[in-house]
Amino acid sequence: MTELLLSFRLAFFVTAILIVVAAPLAYWLAYSRWPGKFLLEAVVALPLVLPPTVLGFYFLIAMGPRGPLGKLWLALFGHTLAFTFTGLVIASVFYSLPFCVQPLIASFEKIDPKLLDASRVLGAGKGRTFRKIILPLSLPGVITAVVLTFAHTLGEFGVVLMVGGNLLGVTRTVSIAIYDHVQSIEYAAANQLAVILLAISFVLLALVYGLNRRVGVRWLSN
Amino acid sequence: MAVELTQPNLSVRTHLKRTDASSSIFQLDVDFWIPPGITILFGPSGAGKSTLLDCIAGLITPDEGRVTISEDLLFDSATHINVPAQKRHLGYLFQSPALFPHLTAQQNVEYGLSDLPTADSANAAQKILKLFRVETLASRKPAELSGGEAQRVALARSLVTQPRVLLLDEPLSGLDADLKNSIFADLRAWNEANRIPILYVTHDRAEVDALGERVVAIDDGKIIRQGSPREVLDAPRNQRLALASGFENLLAGTVKDVRLEDGVMRVSLDGSSTVIEVPLGFAKSGDSVRIAIRAGDILLALERPVGLSARNILQGTLKSVEQRSATMVCKVEAGAVFDVHVTLSAARALDLHPGRELWLVLKTYSCHVVT
Repeated sequence: MTELLLSFRLAFFVTAILIVVAAPLAYWLAYSRWPGKFLLEAVVALPLVLPPTVLGFYFLIAMGPRGPLGKLWLALFGHTLAFTFTGLVIASVFYSLPFCVQPLIASFEKIDPKLLDASRVLGAGKGRTFRKIILPLSLPGVITAVVLTFAHTLGEFGVVLMVGGNLLGVTRTVSIAIYDHVQSIEYAAANQLAVILLAISFVLLALVYGLNRRVGVRWLSN
Repeated sequence: MAVELTQPNLSVRTHLKRTDASSSIFQLDVDFWIPPGITILFGPSGAGKSTLLDCIAGLITPDEGRVTISEDLLFDSATHINVPAQKRHLGYLFQSPALFPHLTAQQNVEYGLSDLPTADSANAAQKILKLFRVETLASRKPAELSGGEAQRVALARSLVTQPRVLLLDEPLSGLDADLKNSIFADLRAWNEANRIPILYVTHDRAEVDALGERVVAIDDGKIIRQGSPREVLDAPRNQRLALASGFENLLAGTVKDVRLEDGVMRVSLDGSSTVIEVPLGFAKSGDSVRIAIRAGDILLALERPVGLSARNILQGTLKSVEQRSATMVCKVEAGAVFDVHVTLSAARALDLHPGRELWLVLKTYSCHVVT
């Protein structure tokens, strides 16, 4: 159960951080007319296609005592980031970034630009327009982003293995534990955790589709 | 002039050049001034009307120019002043109501009043919803409103902030005539009470007649005429404007001679021997011109009329006749094919049927030379 709780803790922190980071990023990607925008779009989407081991490997290097992130952390807190829970959170934030950003962009882009013009003409600046118009109208996208990020982080394996290793209560997440059990031919124990993970993932996804339908029906139907 | 300048007025000079996806270049080059009251910005689609409104509202930044409301500078390229849209304090109504779908009608109207205490803004919203006859719909979401109701709420939302200038971009184009007229009446009443400069974009002649005190005609990014609706639209000098303001007949011809002493010139229609007398225009002998004639301005006669002041009497043959609501649309071959509109009773009295020999009567002043 320690592993499961750790996975939940990781997913919770990553989701909380990502929704704050991804919202302005998605806003910019959805509305900016900067010609070089596609470069950032590609970077954001990178974790979708990159093997987690590659991403994890570079994070491991960056977080080590000779990496820029590791050096900074060492100077600030007296230890490096590799094989710590914080390091895991940071790497996971990047790994799950597209799962949070893409649904947000998709729903921001769906908003009628005339509504944003109307909001501006009525005296609302960018901040108020974002809070009062864009966010509420993107609620289905926000829900999707939160749930996908959470579920994706929960089931993460490769990056955790590379960056975090396998320290009980620190970096041993549920997917690592399952792998461990299988390695030790403890199929029953592996199955216990796997079933839980499967059930949670299914419930979360069902929640997304169900909620989106209800929220969507309320004002998108016309 | 001195008196007029103390009234609120909108003055606009903008220059803007855009290249669209098909790499054709559009240029907007206008310089005009409007007093309080309703001014119609009239022109065919693609003339740059909406772009111009966006420039005034601050949603588009012109390359060059100056926009002021009375003494207040909104945009000035020379001094790099560009007041952001949210600080311009204008009302802007789009073609679609653009109501916020997650807010009720009341909340939509109150959106622009965020600086007021809640009670005051609720009050103001109630008042203006009542003025536009939608107070009973206050708690409805936009999806539960009809097109006309939604546009009334949107109008209320634009006006509740007491804007200094109101911009309307074909806001009623999707509505039927009765609905339009009742909204016009409310808008006119509001205008009488508040007298701010209102710029109303349309390409519909009927809306001009219903609303316009003044007309600014624009085509291809340039102002081609301004003045009263009659001055601008009843004697169009521009072909596209003529078509847009409801001249069904646009005939190509060549100026045969100019009779300055009579104030007329004679134009022979291309491809025929028919000659039409028209008022003097910006053309000289030998020029190619077009003549715009309203289908409703042409008289039909069964025999050659005598003793008329009308100078153009042409013999022709009725090619086709077709009923369109309360009008009979006739096509008459008389050197060129003329569209002639007559009433149903007139069509019965003349026993109009294809093949009938007819005389067309055109007053000189019903023929407008356009370029």
